[in-house]
Amino acid sequence: MTYVEKAQIMDEQAMARAIARISHEIVERNQGTEHLVLVGIRRRGVPLARRIQQKLKQYEGADVPLGVLDITLYRDDLQQIGPAPVVHSSDLPFDITGKIVVLVDDVLYTGRTVRAALDALIDFGRPKAIQLAVLVDRGHRELPIRADFVGKNLPTSEKEVVKVSVTEEDGLDGVSIGEVIQD
Amino acid sequence: MKGRKHLLGLEELGREQIEQILDAAQSFKEVLERSIPKVPTLRGKTVANLFFEPSTRTRISFELAEKRLSADTVNFTASGSSVSKGESLKDTARNIEAMQVDMIVVRHSASGAPHFLARSLDCSVINAGDGTHEHPTQGLLDVFTVREHKGKIEGLKVVIVGDIAHSRVAASNIWGLTKLGARVVVCGPRTLLPIGIERLGVEATSDLDKALEGADVVNVLRIQLERQKSGLFPSIREYSRCFGLTRERLSAAREDVLVMHPGPINRGVEISQDVADGPFSVILEQVTNGVAVRMAVLYLLSGSEVEPKPE
Repeated sequence: MTYVEKAQIMDEQAMARAIARISHEIVERNQGTEHLVLVGIRRRGVPLARRIQQKLKQYEGADVPLGVLDITLYRDDLQQIGPAPVVHSSDLPFDITGKIVVLVDDVLYTGRTVRAALDALIDFGRPKAIQLAVLVDRGHRELPIRADFVGKNLPTSEKEVVKVSVTEEDGLDGVSIGEVIQD
Repeated sequence: MKGRKHLLGLEELGREQIEQILDAAQSFKEVLERSIPKVPTLRGKTVANLFFEPSTRTRISFELAEKRLSADTVNFTASGSSVSKGESLKDTARNIEAMQVDMIVVRHSASGAPHFLARSLDCSVINAGDGTHEHPTQGLLDVFTVREHKGKIEGLKVVIVGDIAHSRVAASNIWGLTKLGARVVVCGPRTLLPIGIERLGVEATSDLDKALEGADVVNVLRIQLERQKSGLFPSIREYSRCFGLTRERLSAAREDVLVMHPGPINRGVEISQDVADGPFSVILEQVTNGVAVRMAVLYLLSGSEVEPKPE
């Protein structure tokens, strides 16, 4: 299987702008950063959450705590995908009870990852509210889930693949759309 | 663990597979530290724990691991079952499987009993100790505990003291540790050291003081009084004098030595009171880690069922 890129959707600058806007929106919606915590969904949600954290520090001077969530054990397709996928650890070094949790992920698609993340979060405590921030919303939801903060709405077909790259994991920033061709 | 359905022993696992289990166990340990230490991963799966031999730690540890993963569990012990009416192992297991069980955890006094079940049943089989053959999850949790403390296994000197000949714990430890590159020394009375054990890549000696020199880890085995009917050593007192681990003896080892014991402990026989409860002892940590390691094994084996069957 090979990934063939069809078009670049966002470059480094566009991504930075989207993250800046999302960060402003988070502050606006919550009237500040009080009781706010950020939780990145492994893997690419984590570096995105870290950037939002930096922006919040820059705009509001606030140190918003950042956690990492691994949702593997909460997936609803474990019995269908064959060999058990690698499990990583979650790391939420704070109590989420009573907090406003902003979940951060790279792409919102079927909504199943977010469903798993919600279940996982609730096992850690009872937050006052959970909000969702994504860099790209590509549609095709299979569950009644929507994002509160969206970097870019991107209409796609189900055959297409949206690829988010972040410097921390992939060496560069950018979003592209493409197709996977069976060899 | 791609394509693997059973865990029968560490002998058949490669280094990579062992490391994969240890890495997963690390993540499951994090789950156990949460305020709600439970995940829905094995919801709808049923695991039968078949214990044909007495066990406290292993049985409770497996049961907890299954419950922490949200599997349904049924427990079976030989006493009070149809085994006492003369039902064979195969019939017992097939009947339990007929109740739509997905995995079977089996402890049996006959070496090879889990292998026999794996051949005759469709569900996954996990060996929880078979005769004098292997006890793979104990081996894994011992290796996990060492790795957690030392950061690696490669190059460590690990001494295993006790009844090497009858110990399935020793066997699984030897396989696990040597595959990950440790230097393993087994120590015990000549009568309890199998001839040719060196072929497994270990050194054998009956001199405990020499074995302990520069040791990073000492794993003390329980003297299995129930398997000692034929006079393989003169008396418990003599065994204790020659092979009991005491604080004085331990001073020959490295100053950051780890003392391990698979339990249950015969205090004052194979290990002295002060060493068992002393600062080098990680005996209770082994028990805690056991649950995480067993969760990892259950999880990794559960994913293999949709592997295409070889034509």
